[in-house]
Amino acid sequence: MSDMLHQIEPVIPALRRYARTLVRNHAAADDLVQDCLERAVRHWNQRRDDGSPRPWLFAILHNLAVNQFRRTASRGRHVGIDEVSDHEVGQNAVQEQKLMYQDVIEKLAKLPDEQRAVLLLVAVEDLTYAEAARVLNIPIGTVMSRLSRAREKLQQEIERSAAGPPGNVVQLRSHS
Amino acid sequence: MSNRPITEDDLHAYVDRALEPEREAEVATYLDKHPDVAKRVAAFSDQRDLLRSALLPIAEEPLPPQLNLARIIESQRRRPSSFRWAVAAMLMLSIGGLGGWVIRGATQLPTSGLTALAQEASESYKVYASDRIRPVELRDSTELAQWVSSQLRQPIKLPDLSQSGYRFMGGRVVPTAHGPAAMFMYDDDRGDRLVVLTRPMTTDQNEPMAPLSSGDVAGFSWADRGMGYSLVGPRRDDSLRPLANEIRKQARTI
Repeated sequence: MSDMLHQIEPVIPALRRYARTLVRNHAAADDLVQDCLERAVRHWNQRRDDGSPRPWLFAILHNLAVNQFRRTASRGRHVGIDEVSDHEVGQNAVQEQKLMYQDVIEKLAKLPDEQRAVLLLVAVEDLTYAEAARVLNIPIGTVMSRLSRAREKLQQEIERSAAGPPGNVVQLRSHS
Repeated sequence: MSNRPITEDDLHAYVDRALEPEREAEVATYLDKHPDVAKRVAAFSDQRDLLRSALLPIAEEPLPPQLNLARIIESQRRRPSSFRWAVAAMLMLSIGGLGGWVIRGATQLPTSGLTALAQEASESYKVYASDRIRPVELRDSTELAQWVSSQLRQPIKLPDLSQSGYRFMGGRVVPTAHGPAAMFMYDDDRGDRLVVLTRPMTTDQNEPMAPLSSGDVAGFSWADRGMGYSLVGPRRDDSLRPLANEIRKQARTI
């Protein structure tokens, strides 16, 4: 039992971060993580014993989120970009950095869901390509092509706003 | 130094630091000679760093009480007692139902054939697949095969769904109005469970695959050379038909 606690607990912040990029709304994201943790606790003994429970936990969370999207799809999702609050980017970050972070989070939100999921699992949550493939239930080749498309698209967005009309981002880019 | 050409996948793995040291060195050498590609790779690296920094604060927020794992474990542990009551209630209902069925049998034609089998499979699924304490009686596949074969008085083969991502959990003999049946249970990585029920058929000895659905459950039933099979799972699962085909294929090779 304490083994379960010690193995799951360290992953919670990352699960929360992933949930937040999937559903944006803070309360809904935390509900999703809670649901995921309850399931993980109930099914702890049924997981495959192949080391880290991390991919297993992400798979449960992802599955729950997808099912939720399916359910709410007919009603329409009204969780939008404007829900990104100041709170969502670090409170202690300097204003400039804060804007830059917020900007990239907004650009990330514009990526197609399946591309965003791959990019986050691989580039932020440090899952291996094979683990990401298992979480998303897709072949590894699809992981690679989605990753590539996600990076290209996000890069285009970043470069477009850097070259575009003056705004925060242009000023920020000049620092880098 | 290998002569393998550098691929797009290599470039992404380089950004994600997922390459073996030798391959990483090869990519680095390649990038030295190809500044345009190097520029793109550097941009992807910057992008990766930016994403990580932008999202880090979320992971650093203090966890709300609802995500206190010790508390979640505690509340899940308390569930079984209420669950035991639910099982008891369900048993009472099914006993009552059986009584009702026997009485009804005296006045009207009982359900038989594939319809009855599908109903029995759905009921087994509802009772056992939701059971978190003892969903199956036997987990050992050899022992289970012997048990069900002796109860059903013929060799019963356990379907293997591991190629389709479902682990064999175990099974039991379940009573039905048409004699004993063998129930097998499977689950996948997400904890979704499936039940396969099989028994000899008196009517409908050879029947094509027919979909079934009742409430939250769905599945397929069919009969081959006197044996009936029914696969039942959660309704939202669209993978049930290929699974049913797989089971039918395996059962035919006995």
